[in-house]
Amino acid sequence: MIVEAGHFALILALFVAIAQSVLPLVGAARRNVGWMAVGRSAALTQFALIATAMAALMYAYITSDFTVLNVVQNSHTDKPLLYQITGVWGNHEGSMILWVFMLSLCGALVALFCDNLPAELRARVLAVQGMVGVGFLLFILLTSDPFIRVFPPPPNGEGLNPVLQDPGLAFHPPFLYLGYVGFSVSFAFAVAALIEGRVDPAWARWVRPWALFSWCALTIGIAMGSWWAYYTLGWGGWWYWDPVENASFMPWLVGTALIHSSIVVEKRDTLKSWTVLLAILAFALSLVGTFLVRSGVLTSVHAFASDPRRGVFILLLLIVVIGGSLMLYAIRAPNLKGGGLFAPISREGALVLNNVLLVCGCATVFLGTLYPLFLDAIGGPKLSVGFPFFNRTFVPMMVPLLLAVGAGPLLAWKRGDLAGALQRLWAAFAVALVVIAGCLVVTQGTHVLSLLGIALAVWVFAGAAVEWAERVRLFRGAFADSLTRALHLPRAAYGMTLAHMGVAVTVAGIAASSFAVENIQLVKIGGDIPIAGYTLHLARIEKVPGENFTADQAIIEVRRDGVQIGAMYPERRFFPLQQQTTAETAIRTNFLADLYVALGDPDHGAWTVRAYYKPLVPWIWIGAVIMAFGGMVSLSDRRWRVGVATGARGRMLAQAASGD
Amino acid sequence: MRKLFYLLPLLAFMALVGWFALALRPSYNPQILPSAMINKPAPSFDLAPLNGGGNLSLAGLKGQVALVNFFASWCVPCREEHPILMHLVEQEHVPLYGIDYKDRPEDARRILAQLGDPYRLVGMDPDGVTGLDFGVYGVPETYVIDKTGTIRKRFVGPLTAEALRNELLPLLKLLNAP
Repeated sequence: MIVEAGHFALILALFVAIAQSVLPLVGAARRNVGWMAVGRSAALTQFALIATAMAALMYAYITSDFTVLNVVQNSHTDKPLLYQITGVWGNHEGSMILWVFMLSLCGALVALFCDNLPAELRARVLAVQGMVGVGFLLFILLTSDPFIRVFPPPPNGEGLNPVLQDPGLAFHPPFLYLGYVGFSVSFAFAVAALIEGRVDPAWARWVRPWALFSWCALTIGIAMGSWWAYYTLGWGGWWYWDPVENASFMPWLVGTALIHSSIVVEKRDTLKSWTVLLAILAFALSLVGTFLVRSGVLTSVHAFASDPRRGVFILLLLIVVIGGSLMLYAIRAPNLKGGGLFAPISREGALVLNNVLLVCGCATVFLGTLYPLFLDAIGGPKLSVGFPFFNRTFVPMMVPLLLAVGAGPLLAWKRGDLAGALQRLWAAFAVALVVIAGCLVVTQGTHVLSLLGIALAVWVFAGAAVEWAERVRLFRGAFADSLTRALHLPRAAYGMTLAHMGVAVTVAGIAASSFAVENIQLVKIGGDIPIAGYTLHLARIEKVPGENFTADQAIIEVRRDGVQIGAMYPERRFFPLQQQTTAETAIRTNFLADLYVALGDPDHGAWTVRAYYKPLVPWIWIGAVIMAFGGMVSLSDRRWRVGVATGARGRMLAQAASGD
Repeated sequence: MRKLFYLLPLLAFMALVGWFALALRPSYNPQILPSAMINKPAPSFDLAPLNGGGNLSLAGLKGQVALVNFFASWCVPCREEHPILMHLVEQEHVPLYGIDYKDRPEDARRILAQLGDPYRLVGMDPDGVTGLDFGVYGVPETYVIDKTGTIRKRFVGPLTAEALRNELLPLLKLLNAP
């Protein structure tokens, strides 16, 4: 009954979405206030309906209702409650429900909190959101319906892939989707602006918080995925340039470009058509990413073609959404008037450089991900592209980008003084040089490329610090004066400083990964493995029962200079239902380095133990969290809440908007 | 001219759509590869073993219906396939031989130690020459070689439970029938 209610709510949501995509648009064209207002109520209704559908599906999972095919295929009564819940989005159909849920959530947020938006713009934005919703709801209902019943119901479900039964992976998709879907709002704003034919600083102010919000969610989502890969896969790797990872990385790169270029639109009223294009591309890549991953075209083209109905529908949806918006762009963008001019060496110039490099980086990743598949489809040779390609193309592109990150914020708008900026950065230079000299001494001239990476990280970090010090005029006058300035600095400025420092931290973590050491050995109980000054003593192996698995748990004593300083418990888990074994690594961290141990197979009374010592590796994710936190801080800036058009001025602007 | 510039994103996207459409055409199935080797004698090989013992050679396989599986430690789908291989060996007692394709031996040993070693014998093909002779596109690939040393079937990509049930096991039964 509840399942049918959910199904019904989903169908109803489709009709509401159709109304939401048509009426406000017509209303905006005809200046019919009543029709425009439909957008708001429709967005809220759609959210309520999809939330109902989502809750119904979740209910079916929690109660293990095996009359629902989707639950049968992906759940089991022995599964822990947490994974019964997260199992909802651990499969294609359910994840699509999560997708539209997030989409309707964003729509509802626009409807609720964008009071200061001109009525036409809001109506159009909500209409575009509605259209995206129609596409997705149709896709779910026609090809990927999670509410299909099965009769007779099997006694139990088939379970969830053991690899997915992990907290890191359980919450990775919601964040990723929030990021993907959040870009639908900036996309909707871009399309609405193209329809209206007007992009101005006010528009950028409305778009930017949404882009920032999605970017933060995506940053966290990607970091979670990479962290999961690090601690689960048992090899100590954290990024594989895997098509699935690339699919989330591409919107992130373009999203990063978008949050930077929208600053230029907001402050200088220029780079308009470019920013609009980025907003469209960020969402287009999110769509291509979700779909290609979900439909399996990236991992094996066969899975995509195996359900031709799904594949064809996806293609049509992409054509309508992306093709339609790009067509609109081709028609309308040439008429967007550029605003302020600027010299190549200026804040705008630095941001353009940032954009060019990020977009080129994205194009490289795109090519590396899709080219092999493209070649395959036209009957060419099969090839795979891996680390070497990305290391040789993408990584070098990031070097000038990082150099610019250090110097860019110190340049003035319109016409900057590079020499002056570099002069003010002497401290950053000095710190970077000292750190490098220190590292060179310690490493004795090896790992030159890693040192270059660390130097860049120090440069970016010190550059951000110098920029902040300049703003508060630290050491230039009275300390009290600096303190007052620091307190009155807008949150957006702090956001930038934090985010750039986060980049530095992540880059340092990445660069230091080549200093890792490993020791892989077959050890007997009571044996020792020396690594990086520690001794790992395999004390014993115990059988530990889990909820739906049994585990061999190693008790490994960590010793330093003969003194025990802790214990680590890596496991091998066996899931009888799926006949699958997973490795549960043990990680001991002091935030400067990780000691990482994975337990391998037993072999005649001895066990394979893989031990790694990885300096600075936690910084990769700490940096990502700092970046996202910086984004949040920037998001809390007063100017987004105040907006540009409130009170009397807002009404005036709204009138002006409806008057032309 | 300037307007054309704004058309570029659309054109690029249309090219992409063209490719997707090509990949979706019903006749296109990347799993079916030109199988010039089917029903031909398997290319001969003689590979140094990964874990001691004798060399893995075609001559050594003769007289039985054997499976030859190309794998590598760096290959993710191989991990996906691994439980199926274990099942094949443990439940169906199929003679399975591995060829470690373009890999470092220590890495291969490590992954087999971690996941379990389903192979009777593993030969090393570090530069992929044997793979080239077989026409391997990418790992994993699995070949069924009959008693006379003729290739009878080729599986591209990870073996699935379905392929096992519907294709591989019936074929093995047929070939093993006296």
